[in-house]
Amino acid sequence: MRTKQSIFQDIDWIMVAIYLVLVAFGWISIYAATFDEQHRDILDMTQNHGKQMLWIVLAIVIATAILLLDHQFFETFAYAIYGISLFLLLAVLFVGSEIKGAQSWFVLGPISFQPSELAKYGTALALAKYLKVHGSKFKEMRIKLISLCIIFLPAILIMLQPDVGSMLVFAVLLVVLYRQGLSGWIFILGFAAIFLFVIALFMKQFSWEISSETSIAGSWLFLSLLASLCGVIFYFLRKSKGSLLIILGSYLASLGYYLSVDFVFDHVLKPHHQNRINELLGIVSDPLGAGYNVHQSKIAIGSGGFFGKGFLQGTQTRFHFVPEQSTDFIFCTVGEEWGFLGSVVLVSLFVFLMARIIWMAEKQRSEFTRIYGYCLASILFIHFTINIGMAIGLAPVIGIPLPFFSYGGSSLWSFTVLLFTFIKLDSERKFVLR
Amino acid sequence: MNNLEQRKFVIIAAFVIIGIIFLIQLFSIQVIDDSYVSSADNQALRFVTKYPSRGIIYDRNGEILVLNQAAYDLMVVPGQVENIDTTLLCEILDITLDEFESNIDRASSYSKYRASIFKKQMTASEYAQLAERLYQFPGFYGQKRSLRIYPDSVAAHVLGYIGEVNQRQLDLDSFYRSGDFIGISGIEKQYETMLRGERGREVLMVDVHNTVQGKYENGELDVDAKSGYNLESTIDLRIQKFGEQLMRNKKGSIVAIEPKTGEVLCLISSPTYDPNLLVGVKRAKNYALLSQNDSLDPLFNRALMAKYPPGSIFKLIQSLIALDEGVISENTGFTCNKSLVGCHNHPSANSIKEAIQMSCNPYYHQLFKRLINRGRSKSYFEDSALGLEHWTERVTAFGLGQRLALDLPNLKAGNVPSVELYDRIYGKRRWAFSTIYSLSIGQGELEVVPLQMANLAATIANKGYFIDPHLISNIQNLDSNLPWEHHETGIDAGYFEPVIEAMQWVVEKPGGTARRARIDGIEVCGKTGTAENPHGKDHSVFIAFAPKENPKIAIAVYVENAGFGGTWAAPISSLLIEKYLTDSISDTAKQNQIIRADLISLEDVYED
Ligand SMILES: [Zn+2]
Repeated sequence: MRTKQSIFQDIDWIMVAIYLVLVAFGWISIYAATFDEQHRDILDMTQNHGKQMLWIVLAIVIATAILLLDHQFFETFAYAIYGISLFLLLAVLFVGSEIKGAQSWFVLGPISFQPSELAKYGTALALAKYLKVHGSKFKEMRIKLISLCIIFLPAILIMLQPDVGSMLVFAVLLVVLYRQGLSGWIFILGFAAIFLFVIALFMKQFSWEISSETSIAGSWLFLSLLASLCGVIFYFLRKSKGSLLIILGSYLASLGYYLSVDFVFDHVLKPHHQNRINELLGIVSDPLGAGYNVHQSKIAIGSGGFFGKGFLQGTQTRFHFVPEQSTDFIFCTVGEEWGFLGSVVLVSLFVFLMARIIWMAEKQRSEFTRIYGYCLASILFIHFTINIGMAIGLAPVIGIPLPFFSYGGSSLWSFTVLLFTFIKLDSERKFVLR
Repeated sequence: MNNLEQRKFVIIAAFVIIGIIFLIQLFSIQVIDDSYVSSADNQALRFVTKYPSRGIIYDRNGEILVLNQAAYDLMVVPGQVENIDTTLLCEILDITLDEFESNIDRASSYSKYRASIFKKQMTASEYAQLAERLYQFPGFYGQKRSLRIYPDSVAAHVLGYIGEVNQRQLDLDSFYRSGDFIGISGIEKQYETMLRGERGREVLMVDVHNTVQGKYENGELDVDAKSGYNLESTIDLRIQKFGEQLMRNKKGSIVAIEPKTGEVLCLISSPTYDPNLLVGVKRAKNYALLSQNDSLDPLFNRALMAKYPPGSIFKLIQSLIALDEGVISENTGFTCNKSLVGCHNHPSANSIKEAIQMSCNPYYHQLFKRLINRGRSKSYFEDSALGLEHWTERVTAFGLGQRLALDLPNLKAGNVPSVELYDRIYGKRRWAFSTIYSLSIGQGELEVVPLQMANLAATIANKGYFIDPHLISNIQNLDSNLPWEHHETGIDAGYFEPVIEAMQWVVEKPGGTARRARIDGIEVCGKTGTAENPHGKDHSVFIAFAPKENPKIAIAVYVENAGFGGTWAAPISSLLIEKYLTDSISDTAKQNQIIRADLISLEDVYED
């Protein structure tokens, strides 16, 4: 067994570089979003950009500290970290502070902390450790169920806060299980469910007027079309006896699901969620109400044009037309001031980083590192997709930050820890035995 | 590589596909669809119109006749009005809650996100009360405008007034935008393109609270408003004011001209009105009041539009033409034969000078017959027509029967009857001298406006020519020569000597008809007239110029229903001449008597 001469040996500098570029680009965007003539000083601690500078310095200290840790630390303490985060998630429900309608923060004087951030990390570590040991028997239902429990236990606790955004982050860890052998049908079913859900919402609004007295409600029209489609498929597959049952079964399942959408939408979802979904799908348009954020965000990004308006020249972001522009809608600043070119750079950096993490993960000898890498890429992916997607009107408005980019110490540190843990584990890949 | 490891490609492909979907959407909203750019500009940029200040009008001595006063339009952007203390705002603006609601509704129906006028033309002091509390009323802001102000409240008919453009004017000229002001009458209308200036524009950045955050692009897109040109008018404020004072409670007009230049020194139409009445929000109401007053019609500019028979002053033109045509000589006499036309009692005139001094009607009847019937045709009718044709031409050369080039709108031409006119009335060759002889003494179909009478006085003062009478002598800071032309009457200058001499006798000599126009130390030359008025008491008219040598002022005074010209019109002229030439009045008793005289209520008595 070889020994390392330096902790910086074998580090993937490409990932470190992308991290630094994203953090710097993020800081510039926060500076632009909060800039005004009175607060030009980059270290003005009364302003978000000044504070973010401090958070970045501390993040680099944390990153270095992680690189200094023994690589065994993460695997050894995986369950412990997971356990602590579950405890904190439970505790926050009783003693936490409510911010923006979710009981998700511990506030101790100047320091505030969101246990769901720790839970992401803990869950990734715990899942990696569990699957390292039991991954080979993933076909067994028991192993699958335990894996799902590891994921959804914190998710359920977070749902109670309630914080839909953070909960989605846990759901995305199903991608890790997919790599482990979970059937791809789960995702296809998932997409089909979302598709039916959307169709159902549209059909609620629609009715076909045959004459002034007769009209067919959109729902009946859709269900009849679906039935005829099944009939046609069955006609072509009539030789196979089994197909009838499958087709009939899936038709009935769709029917049941379809009819339940109404109920779920009207009685389970909260009004502001209903509004956001309706707005996203264009069923209703209310640019001053539920659609305000996205409307303004699209104006800011859209007005950037190809080359952008230039650094500190964005009128929409600088003059606060876009809400939450240092945090959830930070992408607007990029879109407005750096234009399509800047947007391409940012999107490409993220896609490249996520793809590289998957690519590196597959090179690992250690199952723990590989699975942890998948967890990391999935978490980055859901944040990237929802955050930019909502800013450009392709995803519902769910308040989750853009990794490394959005303002806020808590989220910056948590992503730094997540990424640098992988960088540390990866740097050890030549020294670990299978 | 086992089967499951292949799934990394599926996952990476998912990442890439989401990235591509994002880039397609970004390309679509950032590069293809440019509606977001205009939405952004509409939101974050405020285009503030900078209104130019309208040109100032000075009198001939640099005194201000019209200037501007700051006023403010209170603007509202209905979409930004929220959580305001409506009651407080209504209290400050002195409006009812209902008015507030209806104003907001009107603005909203135009646009929720664009500014409309909430309250028009608040005075600076009204606005000051609101300005300090404006921050409490998001969505409201003040737009600076200016209103005209007339410090001496004079010359309403000369200066005219401005008002908001109407739809027709907006359609006609793309310069104007709704709410802009445009000159509607007087100099304000005539010199509109000079006075209005050019609008400027300021592009400001505003934040989501509509608070101004600074200039857009460092002000590179801003355009300064260009003020209108200031005009130097030929009006002399002192005599304009004095003349209006003298004409109080009288109907009629006064026009005075500097003969050498054609500059109009005063132009008065009475009754007049305070031009400040037709300014700003109160204009519509006051205009209705002024125009309803139909017996006095203060909006009617008599100096340019009231057509009167010239009466005896026309004898001056008859004399000059007759001398120039050689049908009489300076010493031709005619008997005062009252069987031809009525006359007063006087010895017969043995010369043209005496004829003018005594204003003998039969003299001019005979003189006019010589001018018309020259024996050019054997037919009496044909001869009269030929004579009249030539006579019309010569009279027209004095600026009668044609619109003078004065720089005011709505000027009337008056009438010098022509052969065509009589042919139309009586039929071709169905009329002769006996039909038209009343022209000889300035009656009949002759019509002149007071401006033409003053111009006649100036022409005689100049001994044969006149310059287009005009009101503006210079447009400041603009290199352009105003197009005032020189016109010859074609009368030999020598023939003016006896006429002018006679005009001096009219004023100076015992038995002259205008003894009341005498001024110590100034040689005034004048001629009275009394125009028959079939509807009531005769109109009183007097034209004059002074001093006799090198005349400085020519004047016409027309007083309706005032009887004999020597009684009212002559002394009014002399007071103005004295005021203009010496800046003082020696006979204050005469002045006070005239100011006190109320000929309008006398007329009422008369009509009863
Ligand atoms: Zn006589």
